Amino acid sequence: MSETITFTIDGKKIPAKKGQTIIRAAEEAGVYIPRLCWLKDLIPGGACRVCTVLVNGRPQAACTQPAAGGIVVQNETEELFRWRKNIVAMLFVEGNHYCMFCEKSGNCELQAVAYRFGITAPKYPHQFPQRAVDASHPDVLIDHNRCILCWRCARTARVKDGKPIFGVVNRGIDSQLAVGPEQLGETELKATDKAVEACPVGALMKKRVGYAVPVGKRLYDHEPIGSDIEKAGNPA
Amino acid sequence: MAKPKIATTSLAGCFGCHMSVLDIDDRILQLVELVDFDKSPVDDIKKFSAHCAVGLIEGGCCNQENVKVLRDFRKNCDVLVSVGDCAIMGGIPAMRNGIPLQECLQEAYLKGPTVHNPSGQIPNDPELPLILDRVYPAHEVVKIDYHLPGCPPPADAIWEALVALLTDKPIKLPYPLLKYD
Repeated sequence: MSETITFTIDGKKIPAKKGQTIIRAAEEAGVYIPRLCWLKDLIPGGACRVCTVLVNGRPQAACTQPAAGGIVVQNETEELFRWRKNIVAMLFVEGNHYCMFCEKSGNCELQAVAYRFGITAPKYPHQFPQRAVDASHPDVLIDHNRCILCWRCARTARVKDGKPIFGVVNRGIDSQLAVGPEQLGETELKATDKAVEACPVGALMKKRVGYAVPVGKRLYDHEPIGSDIEKAGNPA
Repeated sequence: MAKPKIATTSLAGCFGCHMSVLDIDDRILQLVELVDFDKSPVDDIKKFSAHCAVGLIEGGCCNQENVKVLRDFRKNCDVLVSVGDCAIMGGIPAMRNGIPLQECLQEAYLKGPTVHNPSGQIPNDPELPLILDRVYPAHEVVKIDYHLPGCPPPADAIWEALVALLTDKPIKLPYPLLKYD
């Protein structure tokens, strides 16, 4: 199963192992495809669609689509950029993302992708939904206002922690992260579980951490998200 | 040629963005070489004395007065810039947006744990601007030409944007200056 295939992304030759997804092969070749719901070493979810690329002209989620020999992938086109920007803008308006007091700010992937895209203001009307905070757990809290329904906690809890605690209930705009018993405090979740780390935003947060890293030293303060991948693939 | 004019206002904001304008430090001397301030809390001019090149808007609209001022700015300025997260998305004041107005007023003036209000009245003086059903981002009330996010936007971002606008260049913020916090 280690047969190597080759395809192209924006004209660049990308080697891939058979069965590998496009995003993974791209990552290993130093090409950053923007994403929110994808985590390395986790089964892909295909939830956010930020990683949408054109495969032989057709839109596909790069996180779920397996690479195939000879396919022509487009990653940086104006149209894709517009789609991705719109998805991110919609994620901002459909929740309550108050970056100014969020402990995750500066280390938040949603924010970082928006920075990378140069979004100064979402072009859609803010929905201001009324959502709850679940602080029933002694060490971890869920702030539904910030949840982007990426399923990363759900997949990580199930696959890595062996605790099927999280799921998403309801449909469409009413979709919401839910926990097995009614409240987080009734679950077996531990603050040290990988699921807590998996949250890209400030929805699943450890309590009593606060603003641990000063402004200027946070993950995305100086360089756009994805810079590390691009640097690894294009050493100076 | 007369210097272009700038107007600024703080609507439903905390004046933090105006503080960030002052945070351009000694460049403020360069700024007054480039522009004259018209209606603004900086010089305490209350009414527009002339048409302005740029209007800086801090804060969203939480009451009738904010809407009136914002429309006045749109009428009297060539370019309007939303400065800061409150103007852009409502900010902290918008935290009330998911809660019915009646409940907000009751919590603030009647039911809140620290409320002392023996008259049991919710302020309702005609002098007070009428509070809106929710807080509106500035661009949901009038057309806004540019957005400078941040809480507050870094002084350097405000400086870069102003200089670009006043010299007819596109606003290009370097990556570290685009922040939402």
